[in-house]
Amino acid sequence: MVEGIFTIRNKLGLHARPAAAFVKKANEFNSSIWMEKDGTRVNAKSIMGILMLACPAGSQVKLTVEGNDEDIAIKELGSFIESGFNEL
Amino acid sequence: MSEEGLTNKVVKGIGVSSGIAFGKVRLIERGRLPVTKRSIKEEHIQKEVNRFRHAIKTAIEELNSIKESIPDDEVRKHAFIIDAHMMILQDDFFTGAVIETIKSEKVNAEWALDQVVSKFLLSFEKVVDPYLKERGQDIKYIYSRLARILVKGKTEDLNNIRTAGKSIIVAHDLSPADTIQLNMSKVSGFVTEVGGRTSHTSIVARALEIPAVVAVQNITSLVKNNDSIVIDGDEGIVIINPSKETQDEFLTKQIHLKIQKKEFLKVARLKAETKDGYKIKVGANIELLAEMDIVKKYGGMGVGLYRTEYIFLSKKGLPTEEEHFHIYRKLAENKDLEYVTVRTLDIGGDKFLQNSKGQKEANPALGLRAIRLCIKEMDIFKAQLMGILRASAYGPLKILIPMVSGTDEVKKIKGLLKEYMDELSSKGIEFNRDIKLGIMVEVPSTCMISDMLAPEVDFFSIGTNDLIQYTLAIDRVNEYVSYLYEPLHPAVLRMIKHTVQVAHAHRIEVALCGEMAGEPLYVPILLGLELDELSMNPYTIPKTKKIIRGLEQSYCKELLKAILNNDSAKRSEALLREEMKRLFPKEF
Repeated sequence: MVEGIFTIRNKLGLHARPAAAFVKKANEFNSSIWMEKDGTRVNAKSIMGILMLACPAGSQVKLTVEGNDEDIAIKELGSFIESGFNEL
Repeated sequence: MSEEGLTNKVVKGIGVSSGIAFGKVRLIERGRLPVTKRSIKEEHIQKEVNRFRHAIKTAIEELNSIKESIPDDEVRKHAFIIDAHMMILQDDFFTGAVIETIKSEKVNAEWALDQVVSKFLLSFEKVVDPYLKERGQDIKYIYSRLARILVKGKTEDLNNIRTAGKSIIVAHDLSPADTIQLNMSKVSGFVTEVGGRTSHTSIVARALEIPAVVAVQNITSLVKNNDSIVIDGDEGIVIINPSKETQDEFLTKQIHLKIQKKEFLKVARLKAETKDGYKIKVGANIELLAEMDIVKKYGGMGVGLYRTEYIFLSKKGLPTEEEHFHIYRKLAENKDLEYVTVRTLDIGGDKFLQNSKGQKEANPALGLRAIRLCIKEMDIFKAQLMGILRASAYGPLKILIPMVSGTDEVKKIKGLLKEYMDELSSKGIEFNRDIKLGIMVEVPSTCMISDMLAPEVDFFSIGTNDLIQYTLAIDRVNEYVSYLYEPLHPAVLRMIKHTVQVAHAHRIEVALCGEMAGEPLYVPILLGLELDELSMNPYTIPKTKKIIRGLEQSYCKELLKAILNNDSAKRSEALLREEMKRLFPKEF
């Protein structure tokens, strides 16, 4: 299991478009992936889960990844978040 | 409402796109379907779950066909949001929660959906960030789509209006998906219950020159499909099932407007010059590159105000120098525009900045916004100024700084500009070293010290909306005090007059770019004040030109004198209206 904390950098926050892009990417991996903010943990392969976390710009989220491709998954998903979901 | 419906009922809203339209109502029901709770017997639970699954399938099919029918690039940018909506509809977390609620609470699918969505929306309500908060809208759109399918049991194909001839679309609100789906050539008007001048529907309506009235309360419950309706996008009124007399009245007005528009578009090409030879520049206020064509069509000499807020608020992140550059370069290279005045960012950081959560300002209108924000967040300002400077190599751009309140700010800006110019020079990048720098005169202090500011800048631009608001200390959207918003208040007129006199003594130009410039009634006053440029909504340019061409400046000066001596704005307004009626019986 690997974990990492990442910052939401795009100014509109984690709204529908980046959430959709993130979930699409997360579903490319076999591992189980969770996203956590302020004590709420959701399945990061679910767009409603992610939207429910309601992350504005500047907020931090924790990713927890467990599975055979966990290392590459956390690396790619983490940098995707940090890149502002390619919206920056 | 009686069975046969209302007749000749007049309802008020806000006119956001000019013109008169007649037609049959095409009601698009969204978002406010009555969802009631029903208990389900144990043996019917599976049936209810299936009903929900079927609704999901139908909704996805609807969205798919909407996506396929997207007509052109202008609306294609909304397609991504439809992808996100489809993903939500297919999300097990979401559908699972609804199915679980149906099973555990033994309730109907609509009610379960309502419960689940309310819970999701609650998590958005907690968010302080105003932008993200608004994102709950996506979930609301999905909710309405599903609720409609469940309640009505059939799909609503907006393309049905193909068979019905031209219709007037009446809705609570129109989502981007709705607008994409509409076959615009069959729409003769829009009426919505919510919205303002800058809402999605309004922008689309103006771009297509289709009359529209928004903020018409309860209109969806006042009309039925196929009711006759007249909308007046200038006066902002809607008349349901108009009587014969009303129809005739509006038909006459429509014909009159059409003739007038034809005539106006002819006038649009003529010079803005009074009968006694006084010339004034007439420019347009715009904020989208797509509006450049309209400026020329409606006779704008240039762009007196290019608002850049949209660049910051549109979907992408903080605009980069490159993004700014590309937009301003397109403006600079447009041969139809003799000049383009680019106003730097004029909003508060709460609208888009990251890390600006918490710390709500008690008085945003008097807070950290416009130039104050730019000086604090230097990176944002630098990207924008560098973009403007680089684009200035391609055409006649000017820089306009909003919300200036004193000379220190102007000196700071000039220092920054010099620094950025040196940086560009050292990199060998081209720009116009003589680019004109101007400031908005909208804070009363700026007017009082205009003699100190004039030597520092190349031009002034008076923003009457804020100048009136700050001078008279009224919030014009506050219904209790909006009656105090008086452009002809002697204090306001004296301030404009003073600013013009000081500017001319220092041989710099003064423009006026508030809404006051776009109100034909005030044209003689503005001519009397000897402003050098008026900049307005492009659609009002022809009428303004026509009035300018029908006046003599000597008369305007006399009229101004009388009005300046009047201590009541109300009486001034009445006098002005009377005079204009006498001079332009057709227009007023």
